[in-house]
Amino acid sequence: MSKSFTPKVVTANDLLKGDVIYQTATGWTRDLADAEILTDEAHADLRLIEGSQQIADVVGVYLMDVALDGTAPQTTHFREAFRAKGPSNYVHGKQEVA
Amino acid sequence: MYTYNDFDKSFIATRNAQFRDQVERRIDGSLTEDEFKPLRLMNGLYLQLHAYMLRVAIPYGTLNGGQMRQLAFIADKWDKGYGHFTTRQNIQYNWPELRDVPDMLDALAKVGMHAIQTSGNTIRNVTADHFAGASADEIADPRPVAELIRQWSTDHPEFQFMPRKFKIAITGSPNDRAVTRAHDIGLRMVEKDGEAGFEVIVGGGLGRTPMIGKVITDFLPQEDLLPYLESVVSVWNQIGRRDNKYKARIKITVHEHGIEEIRRLVDERFAIVKGSFSGIDQVRLAEYKTHFAAPDFVVKSEAVFKDAYHSDPIFRSWADTNLSAHKADGYSIVSISIKKHGDTPGDATSDQMRLMADLAEAYGHNELRISHEQNVILPHVHKSDLPALHAALKEQGLATANIGLISDIIACPGMDYCALATARSIPIAQEIATRFDDLKLEHDIGNLKIKISGCINACGHHHVGHIGILGLDRAGVENYQVTLGGDHTETAKIGDRAGRGFEAHELVPAIERVVDTYLALRTDKDEEFIETYRRLGLAPFKAALYPEAQADAA
Repeated sequence: MSKSFTPKVVTANDLLKGDVIYQTATGWTRDLADAEILTDEAHADLRLIEGSQQIADVVGVYLMDVALDGTAPQTTHFREAFRAKGPSNYVHGKQEVA
Repeated sequence: MYTYNDFDKSFIATRNAQFRDQVERRIDGSLTEDEFKPLRLMNGLYLQLHAYMLRVAIPYGTLNGGQMRQLAFIADKWDKGYGHFTTRQNIQYNWPELRDVPDMLDALAKVGMHAIQTSGNTIRNVTADHFAGASADEIADPRPVAELIRQWSTDHPEFQFMPRKFKIAITGSPNDRAVTRAHDIGLRMVEKDGEAGFEVIVGGGLGRTPMIGKVITDFLPQEDLLPYLESVVSVWNQIGRRDNKYKARIKITVHEHGIEEIRRLVDERFAIVKGSFSGIDQVRLAEYKTHFAAPDFVVKSEAVFKDAYHSDPIFRSWADTNLSAHKADGYSIVSISIKKHGDTPGDATSDQMRLMADLAEAYGHNELRISHEQNVILPHVHKSDLPALHAALKEQGLATANIGLISDIIACPGMDYCALATARSIPIAQEIATRFDDLKLEHDIGNLKIKISGCINACGHHHVGHIGILGLDRAGVENYQVTLGGDHTETAKIGDRAGRGFEAHELVPAIERVVDTYLALRTDKDEEFIETYRRLGLAPFKAALYPEAQADAA
């Protein structure tokens, strides 16, 4: 038996702005709530490859773990929580526009 | 200070044009990230957690008012109106966009600055004593030599693809303010028979395997410096380990081969290299010395200073804490704290930068320094100008009287910005500073250096902090290890790890217990924290950190 697969989202940084983005079914979003949730390992690997091929748009593509609160993805590690929000010393990054 | 000649200007312009082209080719997809990354790193451009980060070199921490004003302009035009001064005497911009970076580099070039070799496996920005050329305890200003090293190391063809990065620090003083014993090479100016030369220290470094550097030669004549440096770097470049990133720094090479063997190899190499230096380096050095000639110090009354010192307790507190002895009569070295309680250590807004530039021009012979302790120095201010200077600093929140005290904390950017970090540093620094300010204890506590790193790479110098704090990820929770008794000066020492780490909410009370223990055990107010620690060792402080262990043993 394979070990159980936890839900994932493909994430990266935008090439031009450098900020955190998440893959959707059709492109990329800056809002984790709109990300495509991957629950099947083979599909997740495929989506990771597809994301990584977009070299003229994105940088540093990887799969991050998420927890599902209903259907909404939530970060499971503090590093991803900071990426999703911004730094704690100024209201900069994603929290600036939120 | 050094000003660019036509060769320097043309070199920088060419490099900037090359990088502009590389950025364009990255954006149009001609270059992959794997191809582009080493190119951007050569020009100081990182990709961090939330954005790109541009690290700009401030050579040996020296800049003038015009350069500081340009740093403010760049912060406003292409960033978020502030910059972060680092323990490497650099400035980092946390929010540039890729397309703007070539313009930022051109703006830097206008004032004789760049970001070359602030990253990558090259010889990095040479760091120096931030009181160079001003302090009363100095043999000679080390900056002409630092400039010589900068020019030699910049784009040096043999040293562009080394096993790892390489850092050189230099001081002209017996009192080491440049942490020379924790660098790949540390240079301490010494005198022998009336001749100035260098004690050369190799293999120091912090990071995951902290080491205090070892003396490879106790007296190197000044004219042998460049060929000797070239020999050391060359030996390491050949035998340094490229199989394991974590064992690649020269400290590991020295540790594995032994200092005697490294000395033998360097001497062997030096015999060959020395002949290839024609002496032009000494001609250049003589020229650089003219660039760093001391300003024309004036003699005038100190009455205004004395009046303010006696009548204004806030000014007196600042003067007692933030001024250092200058070599010229009537002058002081001013340390401007950019560590107001609760603010981010090392951050300055563009308004603050402009004010410091104005003040340097008005009162400081147009010189500023960035210290590795993340403060800004005005090295030459006449005492009669200090009351006016202090009043102006107050207007911009720059008059905090805390240099060398518990709130004068070194903190790396940590996981608030850095992609390598394992935990945050900044909020910990903010909490400690705010807490001890609330207690109104810090002047009573006296000299105490807290240094915080957000990962084992130790940019925050935690190993050599009197109290060092290292942020780690422990099973998905930020966790902080405490080391005690570290020393960054000429008596450098790696701190002792106290025991298990603390969660963020436990940490500030734990630090408070350490400080309370010191206050209770010091012989008198003159015995500094580090002296009490040396006298008593880890035990009483460990007991204070872990009272539950005491309870279990009881």
